[in-house]
Amino acid sequence: MFDAEQLPDAGEGQIKPLNDLLQKIAASKGCETKAGPGKSGCGSTGTESTLPPEIWEKVKNHPCYSEQAHHHFARMHVAVAPACNIQCNYCNRKYDCANESRPGVVSERLTPEQAAKKVFAVASTIPQMTVLGIAGPGDPLANPEKTFKTFELVAQTAPDIKLCVSTNGLMLPKLVDRICQYNIDHVTITVNMVDPEVGAKIYPWIFYEHKRYTGVEAARILSENQLRGLEMLTERGILCKINSVMIPGVNDEHLVEVNKAVKARGAFLHNIMPLISAPEHGTVFGMNGQRGPTAQELKALQDACEGDMNMMRHCRQCRADAVGLLGEDRSDEFTTEKVMAMEIDYDLEARKAYQAKVEAERDATQAAKADELAKLAGEKADIAIQIAVATKGNGRVNEHFGHATEFQIYEVSTAGAKFIGHRRVDLYCQGGFGDDDKLETVIRAINDCAAVFVARIGTCPKEGLLKAGIDPVDRFAHEYIEQSALAYFKEYLEKVQSGEIEHVARGDADIRQGAFTAA
Amino acid sequence: MAYKIIASQCTACSACEAECPNAAISVKKGVYFIDPVTCTECVGHFDDAQCAAVCPVEGTCVPDPAHPRSA
Ligand code: SF4
Ligand code: SF4
Ligand code: SF4
Repeated sequence: MFDAEQLPDAGEGQIKPLNDLLQKIAASKGCETKAGPGKSGCGSTGTESTLPPEIWEKVKNHPCYSEQAHHHFARMHVAVAPACNIQCNYCNRKYDCANESRPGVVSERLTPEQAAKKVFAVASTIPQMTVLGIAGPGDPLANPEKTFKTFELVAQTAPDIKLCVSTNGLMLPKLVDRICQYNIDHVTITVNMVDPEVGAKIYPWIFYEHKRYTGVEAARILSENQLRGLEMLTERGILCKINSVMIPGVNDEHLVEVNKAVKARGAFLHNIMPLISAPEHGTVFGMNGQRGPTAQELKALQDACEGDMNMMRHCRQCRADAVGLLGEDRSDEFTTEKVMAMEIDYDLEARKAYQAKVEAERDATQAAKADELAKLAGEKADIAIQIAVATKGNGRVNEHFGHATEFQIYEVSTAGAKFIGHRRVDLYCQGGFGDDDKLETVIRAINDCAAVFVARIGTCPKEGLLKAGIDPVDRFAHEYIEQSALAYFKEYLEKVQSGEIEHVARGDADIRQGAFTAA
Repeated sequence: MAYKIIASQCTACSACEAECPNAAISVKKGVYFIDPVTCTECVGHFDDAQCAAVCPVEGTCVPDPAHPRSA
């Protein structure tokens, strides 16, 4: 039975008090002296206004990089790279690379030929699919032949699909030239430390130049290659995103240093993800009781690193063979068996037409948001609230409360509505619990939100939410999310000013463990 | 002399296959195994047995007692 009071607590000697971190935030902020509302203009997640035009042009249709694209375009991953050349303490190699998917996920492994056919099948069925990533199940650059062969096959038939690759970075300097050769325009490197002493607590060993290295030496070699690789890529004009796993008490504060180091070397986006850790994953951290961060700790660190760099908050740690818009997974429609039986006609023109339509829809969303923001102009308030949204995508409030397997969280202030992350509520490790427990789970996950926007909601959960102090809102059903959030916030402010309601800071929320498996 | 793979622990990640200097490792129906005739325990190539050094599961690539080093 869950209780909102039972959230993991920040003491226990595992992590320094959050205050320390908050102070660092103050110290490292590029353009704000304190955390809080009113941070417009200094690096919200990949939007048109915060990125140089040439970078925006590259990322605007990339769902993993541009938050807007994330609602409209789809990416797919193919699992062609099973081998890895390092060991991370949060990874169990029975499963997929934990840098790129949630722990405990196993993807179907494909040969490059199978993978290419799958890409064509998906791209023909889902015209929004604009990006192909190779991210595992191991390290793509530890499997260079399979990885590059796949890219080569895809580029021959589907030149409109953007290619990206994720890596732990160990082999980057040696493979940079091949990455350029295959016209890969995005690389994600997982960098958890720039200090080998910290690294030794995360990586027990690496395999490099025919030798296994351990301890600080291993971490030093890894770190050098990661940073050199990053420099080499940005010098060659290839966009680099950095992933970091936040491990409380191990690298949480250190990630502020990592952020500076990668920023200095030209990374354009930094994505800090929570450690997902449970004993049943069979990882070192899972077994030794290392906990993951709470939602508040994660957000504090993301805010601390935001400064003048783009932070990515919409990563949902999808699986290595995921297919679809972020937040949905249609991989079951594209099993190897089904794909191999398909006749595929790759229609480049039809895909272009469809993407143009999406572009128009997206512009409409932006315009609606701008309109609503204009209404808030002149309002000044020190209040920021968070709103949870049940959505199936397309930037609209269009999911029933009871069907939602995750919520999108927006922070709203007079500065605007900002997407800050996902909260999963799927019942992956919840077998056997009744509906009441389900509601408790949802409340725990969105406990830091003042309201939840849904397309529809039943009476029972409505009452439960109200009791927990979360306002269930269904009157924005099928409207644009950001516009609705701003409208709601305007009313909220008015009510606070008239004394009808009192603004109270909400508590912390829980980050769900386990693999995202819902379709 | 040869190494062998303890199949019950192997994750079939293929890492060893790519590292073997003698191409002694292959896969049949998803199961990886070492050809004891071709395996040289990496002697003459590297200081350490490459398969054991890269394998993510401790104790999965091990010396095969059925094919010991000649004394
Ligand atoms: S890089 Fe990925 S696959 Fe390799 S050990 Fe780390 S998390 Fe696992
Ligand atoms: S010990 Fe060396 S030669 Fe033998 S299988 Fe392993 S890698 Fe190949
Ligand atoms: S490296 Fe180890 S786990 Fe991977 S295939 Fe070889 S024996 Fe199996």
